[in-house]
Amino acid sequence: MTASTTSNETPAPASVQMAFRNFDFYYGKFHALKNINLEIYQYHVTSFIGPSGCGKSTLLRTMNRMYDLYPEQRATGELLLNGQNLLDRKVDLNALRAKVGMVFQKPTPFPMSIHENIAFGVRLHERLSRSQMDDRVEWSLRKAALWEETKDILNQSGMSLSGGQQQRLCIARGIAVKPEILLLDEPTSALDPISTMRIEELLEELKQDFTIAIVTHNMQQAARISDFTAYMYLGELIEFGLTDEVFIKPKDKRTEDYITGRFG
Amino acid sequence: MNEHLSKQFDSELDALRAQVMRMGGLVEEQFRAALIAFDECDPELIETVIAGDEQVDKLEISIDEACTHILMRRQPIAIDLRMVMAVGKTVTDLERIGDEAKKIAKITRNIMEHGMSRCFMQIIEIRHMGDQVTSMLHQVLDAFVRHDIAAATEVIRRDREIDIHFRSVARHLITYMMEDPRTISTALDVIFIAKSVERIGDHCKNIAKDVIYIAEGRDIRHVRLDNLDSEVKTP
Repeated sequence: MTASTTSNETPAPASVQMAFRNFDFYYGKFHALKNINLEIYQYHVTSFIGPSGCGKSTLLRTMNRMYDLYPEQRATGELLLNGQNLLDRKVDLNALRAKVGMVFQKPTPFPMSIHENIAFGVRLHERLSRSQMDDRVEWSLRKAALWEETKDILNQSGMSLSGGQQQRLCIARGIAVKPEILLLDEPTSALDPISTMRIEELLEELKQDFTIAIVTHNMQQAARISDFTAYMYLGELIEFGLTDEVFIKPKDKRTEDYITGRFG
Repeated sequence: MNEHLSKQFDSELDALRAQVMRMGGLVEEQFRAALIAFDECDPELIETVIAGDEQVDKLEISIDEACTHILMRRQPIAIDLRMVMAVGKTVTDLERIGDEAKKIAKITRNIMEHGMSRCFMQIIEIRHMGDQVTSMLHQVLDAFVRHDIAAATEVIRRDREIDIHFRSVARHLITYMMEDPRTISTALDVIFIAKSVERIGDHCKNIAKDVIYIAEGRDIRHVRLDNLDSEVKTP
């Protein structure tokens, strides 16, 4: 029963990296996100939970303007990254995607070598010498806890790795461009428990250098790995707070019903 | 509280609550019987109380096992987590109450075997204290079932009166001891009994704090009584 003490220790000095202000999102006429106000704190893990269709993945995909690929999708309000409004037309999308990396539910290695899987994205943003690139590949693989397993097979296809390794390769690829924020959309839902544990371990390490936002259906995972938790329902942000508080004494009855598995 | 999607989880939590209530009822019975045994010097009842403690201990172990089982199987969160954590603490207090009841019975037996005189038994304050603590125990078990913060707060408040009672009983008995040193051993025994009753009041207070933790998620252990009102929102 240490709710109050742990919450005091947690992230008092955290600075806001990303903020949603009166943010709305539409798929055509469908109002998918309603007046979202939320802060993502630097060097912390923020998890998004909620039933299917609640808008959590949609919210995650707005953070690097993934929706720009689809003309009928639009956002209003403000989405601030380090104070800059990302909804501004002048924002350079390539630069933005380098700052905000993303990892998906299913591992999606490119059909190329392990080395090239990582180098490919880096080349789009930076001009590195061969040895600099080798260093960057090693750095990313080390950060993604995959170096020991792959250092001797860097020329093998990324597809030859196991599911868990592929997902770590995708994380390595995501961090290779040194983003500020790493977005993960259910990164472990296709993995076995051991691979899942590895990834969770990894996130704990990665948050020293990156800000992490993760969508998960696994409540225990959110409780284990995140510092902050946001509960969403029907496109609304119902509750946002320290994970300790949300999982021990949520403020909103709807959050409590959902996370404890009760009928709403 | 709404039902869980998992009916099995619901029934596990219901069973846990029911077991705590059963243990609460048993402990209440033990305490009541111990007080009567003391009041009426009833040797048969004394033995019943002493033997009855075994059942209390068994329930403690069984409830602890049930808590571990739920933690392992369900990894409860929010209200369910607070409930399981608080049950774990509550059964410890209930078990201690059982121990105190047994202690009262044993000391009473000792007084009857070696004691000076029955006049000590007639100390009205002990009976009064016993009645009050019995009602506190009943009230706190009730509050536990209903997650009743107001009742739990009341129990915490009442415990202060018990402490005052105890000091008064002790003063009373000291006068006997000063008048006649031959009474010392028996008077001390009676003080121990009063102390047991007072300790049971403390355990009731602990359980009351668990009730508040379940309902409000706030840990009010080590909060001064005077600050309780600002700490606890009574509905």
